[in-house]
Amino acid sequence: MSEQFFEVEGLNTWFFTRAGTFKSVRDVSFNLKRGEVLGIVGESGSGKSVTGMSIMGQVEKPGKIVSGSIRLDGEELTELSFDQMRKYRGRRIAMVFQNPLMTLNPLMRVRQQMFEAISEHEKVPAAQMRERSIAALKAVGIPSPEERLEAYPHELSGGMRQRVVIATALLMNPDLIIADEPTTALDVTIQAQIIHQMRSQITDRGLGMIWITHDLATLSELADRILVMYAGAMMETGATAEIIATPRHPYTSKLLESVPSNNEPGQRLKQIRGTMPSLLDLGEGCAFRSRCERASPACETSPPKRSFSSTHHAWCHHPIEG
Amino acid sequence: MINFVLQRLLQCIGVVLALSIVLFVGLWLIGNPVDVLISSEATEADRQAAIVALGLDRPIWEQYFNFLVNAMQGDWGTSFVYKEPVTTILLQRLPASLELAFVAFFIAIGFSIPAGLYAGLKPESSFSKAVMGFSLIGVSIPTFWQGMLLIVAFGIALPFFPVGDRGNVATYFGITSSLWTLDGWHHVLLPAFSLALLKMSLLIRVTRAATLEIVRLDYVKFAYAKGVHPVRIVFVHILRNALVPLITVIGIELGNLLAYGVITETVFSWPGLGKLLINSIKVLDRPMIVAQLTYTALLFITINFLVDILHMTIDPRVRSVMGKRAK
Repeated sequence: MSEQFFEVEGLNTWFFTRAGTFKSVRDVSFNLKRGEVLGIVGESGSGKSVTGMSIMGQVEKPGKIVSGSIRLDGEELTELSFDQMRKYRGRRIAMVFQNPLMTLNPLMRVRQQMFEAISEHEKVPAAQMRERSIAALKAVGIPSPEERLEAYPHELSGGMRQRVVIATALLMNPDLIIADEPTTALDVTIQAQIIHQMRSQITDRGLGMIWITHDLATLSELADRILVMYAGAMMETGATAEIIATPRHPYTSKLLESVPSNNEPGQRLKQIRGTMPSLLDLGEGCAFRSRCERASPACETSPPKRSFSSTHHAWCHHPIEG
Repeated sequence: MINFVLQRLLQCIGVVLALSIVLFVGLWLIGNPVDVLISSEATEADRQAAIVALGLDRPIWEQYFNFLVNAMQGDWGTSFVYKEPVTTILLQRLPASLELAFVAFFIAIGFSIPAGLYAGLKPESSFSKAVMGFSLIGVSIPTFWQGMLLIVAFGIALPFFPVGDRGNVATYFGITSSLWTLDGWHHVLLPAFSLALLKMSLLIRVTRAATLEIVRLDYVKFAYAKGVHPVRIVFVHILRNALVPLITVIGIELGNLLAYGVITETVFSWPGLGKLLINSIKVLDRPMIVAQLTYTALLFITINFLVDILHMTIDPRVRSVMGKRAK
């Protein structure tokens, strides 16, 4: 069960607009084992969501996967036709979106929206779809799932709706779940419950999960490994403990410092000075150099990959040496 | 749901009554129709006789009450000008207007919703751009001019369609209409297209805007992420949600078609209601004006009522809000 079943290699997803080419994802590579959670962390515009959409084959125009390979159990997904890919979506790779208030169609009952996730992939009698939907709803902790099936989205709370979305994603027992900030819109207690439930589903079912977020604090409780992205590129990757305890990339370190819980009361919150550079005119060099305290002229050139353990790597000219 | 429908019906009746009072009082104050109707050489005695004959000597509330009781029995009074019951005159003209409006309505809907939907789904395609160009022309050209152009182009230069009048009529199921005959259809198509053009162009734009907005929403992306077939996504997820704002606009436009076809009816000398109202106002034919304005009001009230019901059928959120309010 521990083999790498999912691999992304050298992924480049660019958006060709009138203003120019936005290189939203640049040379991103990672892999995933069954039962493992990979956290992708970055601020808005870091390319983390576009990475998720690229895997789903749902990059919107004028965006395009320019190069790179996405492999599920050795099968190349980027070469599949739209219809072949459609048959994988939901069945082998499922996705959970950020805003639970927007992810369900307001005009359809929960039942209709869950059933279509099954019926689009296999012919199953309604009674069996019902059974499976109820089981999935129970698995994510929804009380009296029989009644919830007949509910419309507006009759459910935000947390309930996100559970319905997660249950829908679990329906077909996919190999991989991509969760794009699934708990950001929820309040903290619900967040913790949902994270706990998802973690146990991943472990029980032996799925892989990619958890996309800007919140390092949640990731530290959930992820096995973390990938830090900035301006479309990988900055650092490693086991969760490695990233949290010994960040090597100056950006990761700044990101950790800006987590509010590290502050004393009354102390000013730490922030990273400056803003992210435009994705339009990124040169060869490190994307973070304009905001980095350790930057030197060398940073104008493409940052080298430095390894600190078999799992811990950073792309930086001047990493923080332990 | 039933509660709501009943409550809404009561409201509708209230609105009709309020409107009939406003109309009646307003018309009573506008001027004395007797001066318009009797010849200038009439004696004072003739004048008094006319006033009594028309019931204008009674107190205003009594006139209104009589009007209301009669109206409910289908007697809308006698036209001052035509000396015939208003109901008879209206019923002569109404079918022509209705058939023109309904044909125009189905032309407008039948083209604009598929075209607008396509333009919203594939905004970059050349067909979509052509559709948008067409709709821009459609909303920009004044109806009377566009009507005359159509007559010149398809009635005279290329005489595909007859111009003027309604063509043969026939009666089936107690309804006399030109839509029962081929000749009637031949006559109605050109004016109906002319009448439909503006509505069509408007509806294309509304449909496209609604579609563009919905395509971007997460529940559409989620449907794709579930592996749902694109055809199902378009018809079940996108179109149904686009219908929510569309139905309101369609309702208003249907009302406009039925009530305000004046220009098209004039240009195509269509024997409908359109010109009747204008003429009645000119000569202060009070019963005619009251009847026609009440017809227009009833029309819009009915359409609004139907739009509300449709909204409730389509959108469960409306249903729950309305259901709560009705309790």
